[in-house]
Amino acid sequence: MLLKRHSSEKLFLPRTKQVLNIERRFFMGKALSLGALSMLTGCNVADDSQAQGVLDAMSRWNDKVQLAIFGTTTQLAPTYTEADIKDPFPFNAYYGEDEVRIVKEEGYKLELAGLIDKKDSWTLQNLRALPQQSQITRHICVEGWSAIGKWGGVNFADFLHMIGADTKAKYVAFKCADDYHTSIDMATALHPQTTLALTFRDQPLPPKYGFPMKLRIPTKLGFKNPKHIMSIEVTNDYPGGYWEDQGYNWFSGT
Amino acid sequence: MKKDLVHPLYVRLFHWLNAAAIVMMVMSGWKIYNASPIFEGIAFPEALTLGDWLGGALQWHFAAMWLFVVNLIVYLVTGIATGHFREKMFPVSPVAVINDVGQALRGKLAHDSHDYNAVQRVFYIGVIGAMLMTLISGLVVWKSAQFQLLSWIVGSYDTARIVHFAGMTLICAFIVVHLALVAIVPSTFIPMITGWAKPFPKKEKNHVA
Ligand code: HEM
Repeated sequence: MLLKRHSSEKLFLPRTKQVLNIERRFFMGKALSLGALSMLTGCNVADDSQAQGVLDAMSRWNDKVQLAIFGTTTQLAPTYTEADIKDPFPFNAYYGEDEVRIVKEEGYKLELAGLIDKKDSWTLQNLRALPQQSQITRHICVEGWSAIGKWGGVNFADFLHMIGADTKAKYVAFKCADDYHTSIDMATALHPQTTLALTFRDQPLPPKYGFPMKLRIPTKLGFKNPKHIMSIEVTNDYPGGYWEDQGYNWFSGT
Repeated sequence: MKKDLVHPLYVRLFHWLNAAAIVMMVMSGWKIYNASPIFEGIAFPEALTLGDWLGGALQWHFAAMWLFVVNLIVYLVTGIATGHFREKMFPVSPVAVINDVGQALRGKLAHDSHDYNAVQRVFYIGVIGAMLMTLISGLVVWKSAQFQLLSWIVGSYDTARIVHFAGMTLICAFIVVHLALVAIVPSTFIPMITGWAKPFPKKEKNHVA
């Protein structure tokens, strides 16, 4: 594996904080911060759910604005050199590094569903036989940290065309072996840098980075880059996602 | 008695909406910062942050952002078009600033007209600059892949985070001084709400610069 064990302590930090944050949201939080705000601004935010409704509406508005910006340009994310690659590259997930799911290559098949003509499943062997691309790009986490890495695999737009996906559909949704799920807009799915990644730094993707495959999207935040993908679905019904359903902005472009 | 209109309505509207927006932006920003601090060991007290968790703080930040930006643009465009900035904030001569600071330190800074003195001018122009700096670096942090022209100005994602933090720090420093000055000269407070103030006895223009 690429990562040495001694690195895990520091890398563990962001996740631990995130988990603390999530726990905190159930216990304190809403009342307290709204109280503080109403004291400071003098306005009376009496109804918590009403304020939350406004915030959710604004987040959907931000989705629309981002779709308008990203949907009309194919601005490429900056690329970097081998020397810029962060070593060791941080591990991050909604669980700890000791709980990384191990998916076996043997028996693994990528399932396809929804608005796709050729729904035959794909083995890793077959995916590796397709033309491969690789890029060195910056992974930006919603928490604020960032790290440069190198991912290689199949150009996702080519893959979608090859399987006869309806590229007029709105969403592409992913279900993962670690019970994670997320979804992206079609414009981003078709972005030339979006890669169905099978390798990290030219080696087969290690389990902690998402073996057997990860969707690498350099124009979206880290949590929009699903790991351990088991199935891909093309759909017009908003699929949401693990974090998105809890309030992270759905589009989350960078 | 005839009163002077010291602050036109759009300035007052901008000012209080901006104060509310800044409070929301700063407090939610502190929570976002805490999720992954730039400077090791520096974090903000959770009680002073807004949003029940990182996701909530991001929602506040990206909602208040619209109020902050739209309000600021309306103020800047109207202020430039009506000559507000030209009349009330310019010119700022270094000599006048040094004079006024000296007077202020001796507790003798005259507040005998509705014109802004040189210290106020520097601070108001400064905070508008700090807000623009925070805004532009914020766009780079938010969309570093999309706004590459801006990141060419501000620097990479990591540099933009530091610039964004520095802008926030300048704004907070301004607020501390600003509130202290209002506390020292409280007669300026009501006019910022109503717009009107008693005229000063000597009516001839008392140019500070
Ligand atoms: C809630 C606390 C605040 C109070 C009580 C307050 C009070 C005032 C007062 C009384 C004036 C008029 C000064 C005079 O006529 O001599 C003023 C002007 C101004 N304040 Fe504030 N302020 C507050 C917050 C802020 C914040 C947060 C900002 C920006 C970050 C800000 C930026 C300004 C600017 C730019 C002006 C000049 C406006 C113009 O003439 O265009 N203030 N403030």
